[in-house]
Amino acid sequence: MFSFIIRRLAVAVPTILTLITVSFVLMHAAPGGPFTNERNVPEAVMENIEAKYNLDKPLWQQYLIYVGNVAQGDLGPSFRYKDFTVNELIESSFPRSAYIGAWSFLFVVVFGVGLGVVAALKQNRWPDYTVMTAAMIGVVFPNFVMAPLLVLLFAVTLRWLPAGGWEGGQVEYIVLPIIAMATSYIAQVARITRSSMIETLRSPFIRTARAKGIPRHKIVLRHALKPALIPVVSYLGPAFVGIITGSVIIDQVFSTGGIGQHFVNGAINRDYSLILGVTILVGVLTIVFNAAVDILYTWLDPRVRY
Amino acid sequence: MAMLEVNNLEVAFDTPDGTLQAVRGLSYQLEAGQTLGIVGESGAGKSQGVFALMGLLPDNARVSGEVIFEGEPLLNLPEKRMNQIRAARIGMIFQDPMTSLNPFMKVSDQLIEVLVQHKGISRKQALQESLQMLDAVRIPEARNRIHCYPHEFSGGMRQRVMIAMSLLCRPRLLIADEPTTALDVTVQAQVMDLLRELQQEFNTAIILITHDLGVVAGSCDQTLVMYGGQMMEFAATRDLFREPAHPYTKGLMGAIPRIDEQMEELVTIPGNPPNLMNLPPGCPFCDRCPVAEPRCYHELDPPEQFGAERIRVCNLPREAI
Repeated sequence: MFSFIIRRLAVAVPTILTLITVSFVLMHAAPGGPFTNERNVPEAVMENIEAKYNLDKPLWQQYLIYVGNVAQGDLGPSFRYKDFTVNELIESSFPRSAYIGAWSFLFVVVFGVGLGVVAALKQNRWPDYTVMTAAMIGVVFPNFVMAPLLVLLFAVTLRWLPAGGWEGGQVEYIVLPIIAMATSYIAQVARITRSSMIETLRSPFIRTARAKGIPRHKIVLRHALKPALIPVVSYLGPAFVGIITGSVIIDQVFSTGGIGQHFVNGAINRDYSLILGVTILVGVLTIVFNAAVDILYTWLDPRVRY
Repeated sequence: MAMLEVNNLEVAFDTPDGTLQAVRGLSYQLEAGQTLGIVGESGAGKSQGVFALMGLLPDNARVSGEVIFEGEPLLNLPEKRMNQIRAARIGMIFQDPMTSLNPFMKVSDQLIEVLVQHKGISRKQALQESLQMLDAVRIPEARNRIHCYPHEFSGGMRQRVMIAMSLLCRPRLLIADEPTTALDVTVQAQVMDLLRELQQEFNTAIILITHDLGVVAGSCDQTLVMYGGQMMEFAATRDLFREPAHPYTKGLMGAIPRIDEQMEELVTIPGNPPNLMNLPPGCPFCDRCPVAEPRCYHELDPPEQFGAERIRVCNLPREAI
């Protein structure tokens, strides 16, 4: 296990470096720059600005300076939010998204797996049809439709919950973002769980368990759940990263001030350091949680060894 | 009264393409402590016929007929009652021990749960009894190995674990569905020896499903030959081998290769088993039967009893085959 973690770390470094390089090249290949929109700036001032951000240097030098800084944990100053470094922007916004995301993830696991198992056990009967219809709606309903509808219903019409804001993450402010975040993932997980559970319940070893006179609910919990969860875990690893890094839709609609907005705004503003910063964040998280999934496999399936 | 009585058992599966008749009109009896071999090709309905006894068929199966085990009818028993009979009074061994043991659970947990379920004893006590049973099936170093996972055992050892698991509650009847098919030949013999030995020790009756006539000859008191979901012949094993009374049985015997004769080619029964989706009205074997008459394609005489409790299902007289 220890050597597995060491190996994963060793592979992570070139992976992140590749990610940075590709993103860096693509970003600079895109037309426009961070200060293209500034109007009526005297040439001398523009030169000063560019010099401050090293934009006057050749690209390869900029690249090396950037990688050197990242190696020391410095993601550089934001080009757009001029008084903030990228580290500060991430530190202020990521915890909010992660908080909403962690709760969403909990609901995704509990309800996604739960509903999927129920549907599998009642295959082709009304509970199955109900869950699968709801899941289909959940999958096809994008969150940019879901989020405004939630606001319209619970904030504007019923006035049960505030329409947006953060307020230190109080319950009433994060309920709607969590629902908007979790719905489509719950639907997806329910579908995966259902098909995987149906598949598992057809295995010969389940027939053996029945021949042993084990009651059905014990068969499901003791014999079938672990193998049925393997494909679910494969999906949940990367999905977890997506969930805790938030969504621009949710940040916009609910004004939660999460990190999701920075992905889109950074790109629109050509905020080079912010784009790279959030890209690296997602990259690192993806590597970490893929490794976590691989470690989970060893617990789920005793035949897996590293 | 016999320990197990099966009368006119029918198993059919509803499929999107129509009804599949897996077992038709199967009847037999089994006395305590005896061994019954059921032989036939793949798709002859051997396995489905015994899965039906245990209520192990999938949801789209329809079962009818009568199964009486120690005086109690088994078909359509409520699941709860059936669970009290499974493993406790009827044990079962399956073909491939790699897939029929749960690869995600330790062997100890798989053994213990049987005893905890049926005897209501503590896990600790169940572990002790499981260890004794693993010793009985001669798994070396059972004390250490019981906490391993199935994939850490060899094929033969896995089947020993399976046998130990099925015998934990000392069932009166053991159903073994091709217990040696997935094993090496040398291991096959060991497993069959072990089964015979345990049968005598525990006085268990066995239904042995196989397509290996050698296994039948070596270990079964009686043999039931199935084809296309139907019984073709039923006899004491000795009589069956000495004097097969059905063209299909004869064909099977002829297909056993002999080591003491030079042969260019292996003998086979030409043709394929019938499609169980739309069986012909007559004898299921007529297409491949060397002595079939025109009427075999339309009708099949009822079972003919003769000799010492022998039964055959064939239109032709015994002398003609």
